[in-house]
Amino acid sequence: MIEAVGLTKRYGAKTAVYNLSFQVRPGTVTGFLGPNGSGKSTTMRMILGLDAPSQGQVTIGGYPYRKLPNAPRQVGALLDAKAVHGGRHARNHLLCLAQLSGIPARRVDEVLGVVGLQDVARKRSKGFSLGMGQRLGIAAALLGDPQVLLFDEPVNGLDPEGILWVRNLMKSLAAEGRTVFVSSHLMSEMALTAEHLIVIGRGQLLADMSVTDFISANSADFARVRTPETEPQQREKLTAALTEAGGQVLPEQDGALRVMGLPLPRISDLAHGADVRLWELSPHQASLEEAYMRMTQGAVDYRSTVDQRAGLQQQLPPGAVPQPQPPVPGQGQPNWYAPPSPQQGGQPFAMPQGAPAAPPAPADANPYAAAPQAPAAAPSPAEHATDNTGTTDNKDAPR
Amino acid sequence: MTTPPTPQQPQAQPQQPQAPHAPAPAPQPQGAYAGAVAAPQGPPAMVPAPPPAPAAPAPPSAWQQAMNNAYTSPIPVTKTNIGHALASEWTKIKSVRSTVWTLSIFLILVIGIGLLAVANTQSDDYQDVPFTVPAFFGLMLGQICLITLGVLVTSSEYGTGMIRTTFTASPQRYRVLAAKALIFFVVAFVASAGSILLVGLMASGAHSGPEAGDIPWAGSVFKGALYVSLLGVLALAVGSMLRHSAGAITTMLGVVLVPAILPGFLNIWESTAKLGDKMADYNAINSLAKIFRIDGIDSSSTGNSQLVLLVVITAAAVAGAFALLEKRDV
Repeated sequence: MIEAVGLTKRYGAKTAVYNLSFQVRPGTVTGFLGPNGSGKSTTMRMILGLDAPSQGQVTIGGYPYRKLPNAPRQVGALLDAKAVHGGRHARNHLLCLAQLSGIPARRVDEVLGVVGLQDVARKRSKGFSLGMGQRLGIAAALLGDPQVLLFDEPVNGLDPEGILWVRNLMKSLAAEGRTVFVSSHLMSEMALTAEHLIVIGRGQLLADMSVTDFISANSADFARVRTPETEPQQREKLTAALTEAGGQVLPEQDGALRVMGLPLPRISDLAHGADVRLWELSPHQASLEEAYMRMTQGAVDYRSTVDQRAGLQQQLPPGAVPQPQPPVPGQGQPNWYAPPSPQQGGQPFAMPQGAPAAPPAPADANPYAAAPQAPAAAPSPAEHATDNTGTTDNKDAPR
Repeated sequence: MTTPPTPQQPQAQPQQPQAPHAPAPAPQPQGAYAGAVAAPQGPPAMVPAPPPAPAAPAPPSAWQQAMNNAYTSPIPVTKTNIGHALASEWTKIKSVRSTVWTLSIFLILVIGIGLLAVANTQSDDYQDVPFTVPAFFGLMLGQICLITLGVLVTSSEYGTGMIRTTFTASPQRYRVLAAKALIFFVVAFVASAGSILLVGLMASGAHSGPEAGDIPWAGSVFKGALYVSLLGVLALAVGSMLRHSAGAITTMLGVVLVPAILPGFLNIWESTAKLGDKMADYNAINSLAKIFRIDGIDSSSTGNSQLVLLVVITAAAVAGAFALLEKRDV
């Protein structure tokens, strides 16, 4: 078990990790998420005793890492697939690590087989692809048959077969009762692998909960509605009708509408009532990615802007109007991934079977009355994150 | 309770021998079980419950149960010591090409130049110098190879990031550095002593005529090898402190060459002439010359004080490397 208490790391004036407390439990795969630069790797390095915390402490099975009598037999880690001497054979690399903790050489051949590198065991790791490097790193982590495993971005550069293998490996390691702590940026992968999540942003703990709780707490389902493209006035009409009925409507790039706060049958009824034909009416289940994006959007340090290519363009002749660029989904649109949370931002979209429960008993008119200002007034539980809610126009200035 | 949840079984069983102390037979295993898991809300829950099996797993929180489930490797865990680190460092040093390259160039320089010198000298050239003098010429150049190797032994790990893997595998960092220094020293000493000895044997074989003074040369083999090996250990310590191959090699070249060059300038002024003389006496090249008794066997300078100075500097650098090693983040 990994236990961090008040973990803080400062590099000069910059605080990389601040007052982080969490526990990673055995028997489950725990995902470790956060935007770039949020302190994931720093935390991992502190767990492994490579960096000394400025404050607080982190222990593994009750011991600080550097006090473990034979660390590789208790903790295996893959920090960086490129953290090998490229001039050394894969086998020699593992052998010198094995010798460091008294592991017999035949175990080296064993783990080489486990990760599928037995054919390149005598090749210098300099020539390895990223995926092969990851496999070598995983082999090093498995070498000591440890109780606790840490993986930093283990599926980076792996082929689909390798990703599947890593996913199953993580699950089987956890099923054996080991503590498995994995950081990754691949949300779809995390949703499949992890059962528990620890999310940090700007070095602070944002969430420590199970994946299902995380998704339901940080996102809402919505309906996608499409009206005939030939008749844009129908779209306006439907938007008005849905908004009036208490729904929250956001236009999507391809002309569809994103409707929150209304169950599917009700949307259909409203459209019928407004005499609008529908080309599409589909439910959309929130994914871990959306939940993650919503939670971390306020904690993202490195945000991309729309590429205006202004530096390459020739000076336009006076009077010429530059061609407006179609906005790219997600870019410069803070709320793209962020349907309002079920708690505050109006009612979540509910599936038909949930419909009776979703509108609270006294609230048949109530949410409808409150709804029009709800999107603007109650953006989210993480208010700091969404200071310009509802704007879907192209804002390329990062906040 | 006769069939506790399988994960707890190993925990509960050791307690059962104590169980007969309890009065009633029915709650016995419960008590043993409660003691095993030390669940805070366990005892009150168990007093009224006749079917303990379903009640018992509930009180310990999910993760406490998981803790009992936690995996333990079937292979016994041994405590590690310096021997493991030495084996590991030996594997490391022999499995990279930089070792092969630097050592072979070193051997080529010392033995090659040594044999050339042997071939071009006469017996009477060895009248008042030891037979190992031909090795000295190669050693002047060859010491740079040992410096390079010494730096690379530590700094290449920082350059490639391997050091994080190493220190994860052995959080006892001092042990890793000690093993590195020891292994490197042995390798460097064996290589240099062997090559000096070989050149000495060649020279004594070729020129053991009556004109050659029978000057003992075993000391110069030992001290010469010790001197260049210590230079290499110094380089290793500098590499560990600077963590950068090019920077550390440049620093070491400066340490070797600057004191050999500077006296030329320092002797211009009277105030610095004394310092210049000291530098001329103690720079690495001149120290080697003194160890090999280039000035003749009757000269008072045996190179011992130069060797002592290097030992002191190396010890200080190694101590600094150890101190920084424990303090810094990797």
